[in-house]
Amino acid sequence: MAERRGPCGIGGFGPAGSTGGARAGSSLATGAEPEARARSFGGPANSRWLRLGAMEELDGEPTVTLIPGVNSSKKQMCFDWGPGEMLVCETSFNKKEKSETVPGCPVIYIIRKDVDVYSQILRKLFNESHGIFVGLQRIEEELTGKSRKAQLVRVSKNYRSVIRACMEEMHQVAIAAKDPACSRQFSSQVSILSAMELIWNLCEILFIEVAPAGPLLLHLLDWVRLHVCEVDNLLADVLGSENPRKHESFWKLVTILVLQGRLDEARQMLSKEADSSPTSAGMCRILGDLMRTMPVLSPGTTQTLTELELKWQHWHEECERHLQDGTFASSPHLESLCKIMLGDEAALLEQKELLNNWYHFLVTRLLYSHPTVKPIDLHFYAQSSLDLFLGGESSPEPLDNILMAAFEFDIHQVIKECSIALSNWWFVAHLTDLLDHCKLLQSHNLYFGSNMREFLLLEYASGLFAHHRPSRLSSSELCSLWQLGVDYFDYCPELGRVSLELHIERIPLSTEQKALKVLRICEQRQMTEQVRSICKILAMKAVRNNRLGSALSWSIRAKDAAFATLVSDRFLRDYCERGCFSDLDLIDNLGPAMMLSDRLTFLGKYREFHRLYGEKRFVDAASLLLSLMTSQIAPRSFWMTLLTDALPLLEQKQVIFSAEQTYELMRCLEDLTSGRPVHGEPDAQRLQDDDIETTKVEMLRLALARNLARAIIKEGSLEGS
Amino acid sequence: MEEIYAKFVSQKISKTRWRPVPAGSLQTADTFATGSWDNEENRVSLWSIGDFGNLDSDGGFEGDHQLLCDIKHHGDVMDLQTLSVGQQWTAAHYHTSPGSLSCRSAPCTGVVCSNPEIVTVGEDGRINLFRADHKEAVRTIDNADSSTLHAVTFLRTPEILTVNSIGQLKIWDFRQQGNEPSQILSLTGDRVPLHCVDRHPNQQHVVATGGQDGMLSIWDVRQGTMPVSLLKAHEAEMWEVHFHPSNPDHLFTCSEDGSLWHWDASTDAPEKSSLFHEGGRSSIFLFHSISNQANVHQSVISSWLSTDPAKDRIEITSLLPNRTLSVNSLDVLGPCLVCGTDAEAIYVTRQLFS
Repeated sequence: MAERRGPCGIGGFGPAGSTGGARAGSSLATGAEPEARARSFGGPANSRWLRLGAMEELDGEPTVTLIPGVNSSKKQMCFDWGPGEMLVCETSFNKKEKSETVPGCPVIYIIRKDVDVYSQILRKLFNESHGIFVGLQRIEEELTGKSRKAQLVRVSKNYRSVIRACMEEMHQVAIAAKDPACSRQFSSQVSILSAMELIWNLCEILFIEVAPAGPLLLHLLDWVRLHVCEVDNLLADVLGSENPRKHESFWKLVTILVLQGRLDEARQMLSKEADSSPTSAGMCRILGDLMRTMPVLSPGTTQTLTELELKWQHWHEECERHLQDGTFASSPHLESLCKIMLGDEAALLEQKELLNNWYHFLVTRLLYSHPTVKPIDLHFYAQSSLDLFLGGESSPEPLDNILMAAFEFDIHQVIKECSIALSNWWFVAHLTDLLDHCKLLQSHNLYFGSNMREFLLLEYASGLFAHHRPSRLSSSELCSLWQLGVDYFDYCPELGRVSLELHIERIPLSTEQKALKVLRICEQRQMTEQVRSICKILAMKAVRNNRLGSALSWSIRAKDAAFATLVSDRFLRDYCERGCFSDLDLIDNLGPAMMLSDRLTFLGKYREFHRLYGEKRFVDAASLLLSLMTSQIAPRSFWMTLLTDALPLLEQKQVIFSAEQTYELMRCLEDLTSGRPVHGEPDAQRLQDDDIETTKVEMLRLALARNLARAIIKEGSLEGS
Repeated sequence: MEEIYAKFVSQKISKTRWRPVPAGSLQTADTFATGSWDNEENRVSLWSIGDFGNLDSDGGFEGDHQLLCDIKHHGDVMDLQTLSVGQQWTAAHYHTSPGSLSCRSAPCTGVVCSNPEIVTVGEDGRINLFRADHKEAVRTIDNADSSTLHAVTFLRTPEILTVNSIGQLKIWDFRQQGNEPSQILSLTGDRVPLHCVDRHPNQQHVVATGGQDGMLSIWDVRQGTMPVSLLKAHEAEMWEVHFHPSNPDHLFTCSEDGSLWHWDASTDAPEKSSLFHEGGRSSIFLFHSISNQANVHQSVISSWLSTDPAKDRIEITSLLPNRTLSVNSLDVLGPCLVCGTDAEAIYVTRQLFS
């Protein structure tokens, strides 16, 4: 089967495999657009879209992903899982009728999840948050109490600001995009990021900040103000007009300000109204006074909650009295504002349009009816607010469920729902890690892997490694976020190292520089097995490219004796063929590394012999040559070459080999010739070879005999004199 | 150096280079080029750090660098050099991995230009000499090195310096025929690969190299085959070393361990306490001289070669606030410094000596 990589079928499935709204009956398989439900979140754009999957059952229903170009109804499919992706291809398995072999589709599809990683902007999110993550892991364990909490809140805010920055940039891109489909895609990303930030912020308030009754409401107000921020545009718009009071959205603006508890600004708007219309001036002043006198918790004072509650009760009664007395009866606008300030549910629900969502309704309701709500009571108000707001018309969406779980202080439910709803692991991995640092997840253990934090971090890091993983079918693609993944694995005490070992070996080594970076990662972590395998890959590559020097230095680095022997043999063979050494700069500088393998030692020493010979240090050269044979370092096959190298030394004018050394040489020669196997069936070539060999041996014997004679005479005469 | 601007650029940066400013002009560097690596689609990009950053008042980072233009690039960008041809500065000259130079397309690891000559070195141990106006290589030295050549720089015009992966510094003279270097310098024994080399801008015999173990070596190529001094520096591969082009008592190094250091060897340095207040790891290292050769006969003793331990204090300042992934490249020009990291960020500062 021709292995050709076809167009990638990119399925948009999230961690649990759900992005399209399966419940609504639409899925990619039916060819319909992925179901996207409208939901307003605020943020820089007026309308936000959040695409979240079905979450009816515990783990959600799987969605069907259609791979373009594959007709599964006609063909059998086979698949194989990889980390973060799946290979799918058609098989030739064809039921029973094996007679006709229909030419199959010669394409293998790679199906990836975590498609978000493709986005350039999200890469910034991954890179920036990596820095924050590493910083968080280094937070001193000794830090306790307030300073630790402050640190963790700061970290959480950093994460959020990174999300926000990404969101802003994505928003700019979405506006600038010319292609509407493209623009829609970016907008949906913006809405996802916006939802992430919303959830994170709430978790920060409830789980990290752990705000007590009183300050809790102030935090929640900030939360709502941050996420429902169209009002700022409106405010600027109205104030910028010639006559703000006559602006069509004047009352809308005032209402929103009151709903968000921005009473100072609302009062200023009312004073504008009072200035221009004498009839309602009195009413405006009274309402303005009510706004001004509303007791609020001001941070930094010693006011107790009970005091505040008393004051608030008093103020509430005053508002009530004004309403009963019909003070604002002549102005429906003012009357409705007063009702809002009384926390009247019906009046609040009338402003559904302006509230946007149930959690805004919840916070406004708390502000005007239960300003000192305790964290423990939150879920009760949240649930009733959700029910009241939706009014049975629609059912809660994934985001609603996530927020509700947070209000119920059910961290695990939050993380679980987020895992199902969001299309990558970034969010849950980082949030869980942060909450774990707040010591909130200790009790929870999974029945697989280690704990939840580690499980999620591992998933996220594996995704980073899988990013743009080149398949065996194409080497042009490179993965590029893997370096970030390494640090995440490092902070997974139980399974991180094993995972890293498995992943790091699969990184394609396109250049030596990249290989060096991978090697450094392995060496820092004492992953000797991986170091060896990487060096071996590089050494093999070098051998294939005929770069013996390079191959040798890689095998020395890997301390791979077998491979060093192999390369040394190649060197020696090249020498025998060419009569000269290559790569002298390396061989001459081997140093202690020479001891790695016998063959390498021989190579180095043999080269040393040549150098000594070249420098005319014949006596040293001769004893080195002899020791190479007597110490058995030299391979047998090479002895004849060595003996031939001895010939010119034997023929020198002065005697170089002593009598004893000559005997040794003779013994070596005899060893070599006697041990020679007898060949059967000699052909012409071998005959000729044997002929040359015999001549060589004869010449050697002659030279040895003559040298022996000269040596005996010399040694005898020296002793005699 | 108080103000370092960081920008995340969604690609791992392998090289950064300033556009040279005309000699003697007062203008400061305002344009630099970057190259990316290990990406599905690598790019060479031009950035400007002009003052127009001040214009966008709504939250725009002041002095942030803006993308001018970029071009797709096949393969990792391994090295970048700027080449001024004629009057118009055209684009960064680059030459990279699947080099068309060798039939097996070995990665080209380094390039250096000295108008009109361009020298490239590669993993295949080959040295090529090009001329801007010639189509073919003017000179090729095959098997110049048995191992990978990591970097190259000009020593004097027909002479170049290369460093390789077995710790050798070689000097090549293009006037000589044959493929033997005119000189080999090395640390004996351990063969620690050298990754970068730079020559002192004024004293051409002073050369700095950085190795795999993060050591900074200073060499005097006129004498001895050993480095004059070895300085313990980074904890991992030193990817680049640069003398400041106009203020060569200052040296800059960056490393795989995610640090970027400023070495100040100016002899008149009083206690520069100002260097020490901005976070980071700042420390003073004693200059360890391993040389036994007295350089007293030199009329001008370079601060990098002097061997008097009493006054040889080099102040080292870490320029990046917190450690990140590998800092792959840096370049200095005037008061400006740019560096690029594997964390996909580019850092720029315009007040090096403030």
